[in-house]
Amino acid sequence: MNFGEFVRWRHARGALVVQPRMGFADPTLMRAGLLATRQADAATVGTITLDSYTRVGDLDAAGHALRQGIALNGYPIVNHPVDTTRAVLDGVLAEDFPVQVRHGSARPLDIFAALIRAGLHATEGGPVSYCLPYGRTPLAESVANWAAACELLLTTRQDGVEPHLETFGGCMLGQLCPPSELVAISVLEALFFHRMGLRSISVSYAQQTNPAQDLEAVTALRRLCAELLPGADTHVVVYAYMGLAPRTPAGARRLFAEAVRLAVAGGAQRLIVKTVAEAYRIPTIAENVAALEHAAATARAMPRPADPAASGGQVYREARAIVEAVLDGAPDLGRAIVLAFRRGLLDVPYCIHPDNAGRSRSHLDEDGTLRWTRLGNLPLGGLAELRPRDPVGSTELLSALSYTQRTFDAPHLKEV
Amino acid sequence: MTSTARLDPHPAASRDGHPTAVVSSMASDAHTWNLVFLQLLVEELGFEVTNLGPCVPDRLLVEQCRIRRPALVVLSSVNGHGYQDGLRVIGQLRGAAGLAGMPIVLGGKLGVSGEHRAERVAELRDAGFDAVYDDRPDAIESFRRFVAGRVAVGRP
Ligand code: B12
Repeated sequence: MNFGEFVRWRHARGALVVQPRMGFADPTLMRAGLLATRQADAATVGTITLDSYTRVGDLDAAGHALRQGIALNGYPIVNHPVDTTRAVLDGVLAEDFPVQVRHGSARPLDIFAALIRAGLHATEGGPVSYCLPYGRTPLAESVANWAAACELLLTTRQDGVEPHLETFGGCMLGQLCPPSELVAISVLEALFFHRMGLRSISVSYAQQTNPAQDLEAVTALRRLCAELLPGADTHVVVYAYMGLAPRTPAGARRLFAEAVRLAVAGGAQRLIVKTVAEAYRIPTIAENVAALEHAAATARAMPRPADPAASGGQVYREARAIVEAVLDGAPDLGRAIVLAFRRGLLDVPYCIHPDNAGRSRSHLDEDGTLRWTRLGNLPLGGLAELRPRDPVGSTELLSALSYTQRTFDAPHLKEV
Repeated sequence: MTSTARLDPHPAASRDGHPTAVVSSMASDAHTWNLVFLQLLVEELGFEVTNLGPCVPDRLLVEQCRIRRPALVVLSSVNGHGYQDGLRVIGQLRGAAGLAGMPIVLGGKLGVSGEHRAERVAELRDAGFDAVYDDRPDAIESFRRFVAGRVAVGRP
C-alpha cells in the first residue's frame, strides 16, 4: 500500500489519520520519534521533517552543525549517509506505517534523491507553496525545479510503488490569507502534480480563524478536487493552526481540538497536529505523542457527518474563479502559474517574496472571518465582498496575527 | 538581488532626512511575519527601512550594510538557528571595513529549546551584537528603549 492508499483505507475503516510535524537531527532520536508515533494510541503515519539548512541547500552549514553538535531544527537527510537513514527506518517503516518527508524547499532535487535512496516515496510541497513562504528563490526557477523533482519521484514506480505528493498550498504563510486563495493554490498545485504524472495526491488546508469559514474551505477543496481531478487518487489533509499559537497548554489543546472537528466535519482523511510547545520551541517526542493521542481521542468522540456539506459556498465560488483565471493564462500550468503571479491573479497578502505582487490585503472580522480589504488584480471583482481599510501599523498587524492566541488563551491566562 | 518589502502599494514619498535602518533575516530563516512586523515598527520609530527579506545570504547582508551604511541593523531569527547563524554573521559584519561601530541588534527565537538562553545571549553579545533579545515578553519594549537611547533619530 502506498501513502495515499493507506490513509484512505484507515479513514474508510473509521479513523482520522493523524501525523506529527516531527524532525530531529540526531538519528537515534529521529528513530525513537518515529517509533513513538507508530506506537501512539491513534491511527498514525510517520514524519521526517528536515532542518532549515537542508531546505535552503546549505549542506556545509548542516555539516558544520552536525560536527560541532549544534542543535538543528530538523533531520538533515542529505548530509546523513543513506545507511544512517535506512537504519532510522529499519523495522519502523512498514506496510501499515508509511513515512512522509516534510521539507519546505524550492530547490528540492537533492532532498528527493536522498529520500528515494533511503526507500521513501511520500513527500510534500509544490512549486508555489514551497517557494513564496520559504525564501528568495525566483518562482520560475521553483516551477522548473518542482517539475524535475516530480519526474525524479516518478522513478520510484520502477520499484513497484506509487509515489505520493501533498500540496502545501493550503497553508502558504499560515495566516491572514483568505481561504479561497489557499484553496485555489492547493488545487493548482495538485493539478500541477497530476499533469506531471502523479496519481496519488493529497490537498491541504490549514485551519484559519473562523470555524464556519474553514468548513466551507475544506468542502470547497473536496468539491474542486472531485471536479478537476476525477482520475486521481486524492485525499484532504487539514493542518492544525499554522499561525501564532496559544501560550497556555489548555488554550493550545482547545484550538487543536477545533482542528480535529474541522477535519472530521469537513470529511478530511488526515490531520497534521501541533503541540502545546508550538508557541515556544521545537516539541519533544512526548509532546508530539500527547498531541497525536489528544487529536485521535477528540476524533473518536465525534460522530462523522452522514452527509458532509457539498457546496463550499462563497469560498468555492472565489476559489473556482481564481483557478479558472490562472488556467486560462497558458496551456502549460507551470507557465500559467508564473504568469498569474506576474499579473496579480494570484497575490498573497503580506507575502514579501519579489514575485508576489503585494497589492492584495486582508483583515479579520470580529468573529475571525477572513475578508478581502483590497483585491489588487485578483480575479474576484464583483464576486468578493470588499471591506476597505487603511494600511495597518505594527500594533494592528500584531493584533491580527495574535487573534487566535488571544482568543484561546483568554480563559486560561493564570496558567502562564 | 535585494527584495524590498512592499508593505504599501503606494510607497510613501521619499522621507528625506530620516535615518535609515536595515531589517533582515539570516541565511537559513524563511519566516517573514517577524520581518513585516519589525519593518512597520522601525518605520514608526522614525526610520526609513530597507527590508532585505528572508534567507539573506551572508554576503548580501554585508554588502547591503556597506552600501547603505544604515544607522541601525535589525536582525531577526525565529527558526531556532539564530544562535549559530548570528555568531557567524556578526563576525563577518564586524570584520567588514567600516562596520565595526554600526549598531546591530538580534532578536527572535534563537535556539531550538528554552535551555541555555542566558548563555546564548551572553555569547552573542560578546561576539559583537549591541543588543540581543531572545524570545522575552519585554523584547519589544527593551528594543524601543535601546533605539531611543542609542540611535540618533531625526538627525540625518
Ligand atoms: C507561521 C510559521 C511558519 C510559516 C512561516 C511563513 C512565513 N514566510 O513567514 C511556515 C509554515 C512557512 C513556517 C516554516 C518553518 N517553521 Co515556523 N512557525 C510559524 C509560527 C506558527 C508563527 C510565526 C509567526 O508568524 N509569528 C508572527 C511574528 C510577528 O511573531 P514572531 O515571529 O514570534 O516574532 C515576534 C518575537 O519573536 C519578536 N522578534 C522577532 N524577531 C525579533 C528581532 C528583534 C530585534 C526583536 C527586538 C524582537 C523580535 O517580535 C515579534 C513580535 O512579538 C511559529 C510558532 C508560533 N510562534 O506560534 C513557528 C516556528 C517559528 N517555526 C518553527 C520552525 C522550526 C519552522 C521550520 C524550520 C519547520 C519545522 N522544522 O518545523 C520552517 C522554517 C524553514 C526555514 N527555512 O526557516 C519553530 C521554531 C522553533 C524554535 N525556534 O525553537 C516554531 C517556533 C514552531 C515550533 N514550535 O516548532 N513557519
